[in-house]
Amino acid sequence: MVICFFCGRSLFPSNQSATIRRPFPLAHGTTTLGFIFQDGVIAAADTRASAGGLVASPTVNKITPIHSHLVATSSGSGADCMLWERLLTRELRLYQLRNRRRLSICGTAKLLSFMLHPFKGTDVCVALTLCGWDKGAGSTDCARRSQDSSSLMEDSSSVAVSSQGDTNSGPKLIYVCSNGARLQGDVLSVGSGSPYAYGILDSGLRGSLSKDEAFSLAREAVFRATHRDAYSGNNVDLFHITEQGWKRREREELKDEYYRDMKRKAMIVEERKRLTGFKVPT
Amino acid sequence: MISSQSFGESGKMKEYHYSGPVEQRFSPYSFNGGTVLAVAGEDFAIVASDTRLSEGYSIHSRDSPKCYKLTDTTVIGCSGFHGDCLTLTKIIDARLKTYKHSNNKTMTSGAIAAMLSTILYGRRFFPYYVYNIIGGLDEHGKGAVYSFDPVGSYQRDTYKAGGSASAMLQPLLDNQIGFKNMEGVEHVPLTQDKAVQLVKDVFISAAERDVYTGDALRICIITKEGIKEQTIPLRKD
Repeated sequence: MVICFFCGRSLFPSNQSATIRRPFPLAHGTTTLGFIFQDGVIAAADTRASAGGLVASPTVNKITPIHSHLVATSSGSGADCMLWERLLTRELRLYQLRNRRRLSICGTAKLLSFMLHPFKGTDVCVALTLCGWDKGAGSTDCARRSQDSSSLMEDSSSVAVSSQGDTNSGPKLIYVCSNGARLQGDVLSVGSGSPYAYGILDSGLRGSLSKDEAFSLAREAVFRATHRDAYSGNNVDLFHITEQGWKRREREELKDEYYRDMKRKAMIVEERKRLTGFKVPT
Repeated sequence: MISSQSFGESGKMKEYHYSGPVEQRFSPYSFNGGTVLAVAGEDFAIVASDTRLSEGYSIHSRDSPKCYKLTDTTVIGCSGFHGDCLTLTKIIDARLKTYKHSNNKTMTSGAIAAMLSTILYGRRFFPYYVYNIIGGLDEHGKGAVYSFDPVGSYQRDTYKAGGSASAMLQPLLDNQIGFKNMEGVEHVPLTQDKAVQLVKDVFISAAERDVYTGDALRICIITKEGIKEQTIPLRKD
């Protein structure tokens, strides 16, 4: 009996015409976000894993470091994201050992997209946001490949990459999903809570944000999303990626943020009462 | 085997009224019930399970524990579909032996957990219908608990309940071991005796409220001296 040792090599998508119905729900539902600002990239995510209506775990790590200058925020099915991040880490390390340089973030996104392609149409559900910092002028493989006219790979994101052109080093934010999408951007949010997060990010994001302002914007966005989305909640994880690498902030309970917010609202009401000279009717 | 037509996919009986013609399909899965629980302490770990094996309205066996000893420092608890539990434990045993022969050392708890994750994901498109919880001691001698979902997503916890009564037990454990949802309580570290007593109380409660849990409780206590087992009777109705 052949035992499946290497998950990546021997895992084939099933070609059965009748798929077997699963009697259990898998872990799903989340809010993750990332944005680029003047001091690097911020990545934030909640920590709830839900399986159907049950909170399978309130303390999941949705942001995983891949290497010293790249983290991936995961959304979708927990097991799929976990395993695919593992495979990606392995492939990147092998590339680094074989070619004596690190693969660029664009290249990483492309690699991941091609690895996921055979599973398109199955119920693998992976939506990763790669947040990282490309180092050095040597990593121009994205720009070069996009100019190669004999390349068979035609995709809209190559246009975005070549417009980056010479500035291929620096902060990078790319979304890759198992449906085949690969999108580069400055602000990205993924998951069931992402519409709420986008609302906060779009209104609060400015080019001149300081590091602490950026952290509190990210925290606020995740907090508002967890408030409105049932499938997001518990804590918020914050990562900051700069030229020196990624740094992780202490995990914060959103319960404390909720109480701070309540206090803020109470103070606003107090202030308003004081200003309008509101008197309790006798 | 009882006809699978009258049972829904979770093993619970479907309602008896005519709702129109229904396509009958063979389901390779069946739900055999059972609850598993694991707690990690400072220098010990506890894995406990009930011993009832049920299917639909019947009880197949009152003496089918769901804890399986893997190494001297690791025990796994598997609940869900019994056929997949048996095969999975056989595969894990075989892989442990292979590792022992090729690397000349026993697998650590963390290594077993990582291996189990890849074994489960290898069947991503026809999963093992098993909820696993591994309890044991890590390389530093501290208690470790690893909980899994049926397709291999896992993480290290301090305590976890899995199986049919897991949704009832997990909030109780959050409160008693994690001191969650309480204000102004001193966080006393868990001693071995207190943990064992808590596990017994928790399973007695589970047997009261979950039909698939009962008959007897098997507790495995893992310390650096080895694995000790206790069996305690539970409700048989």
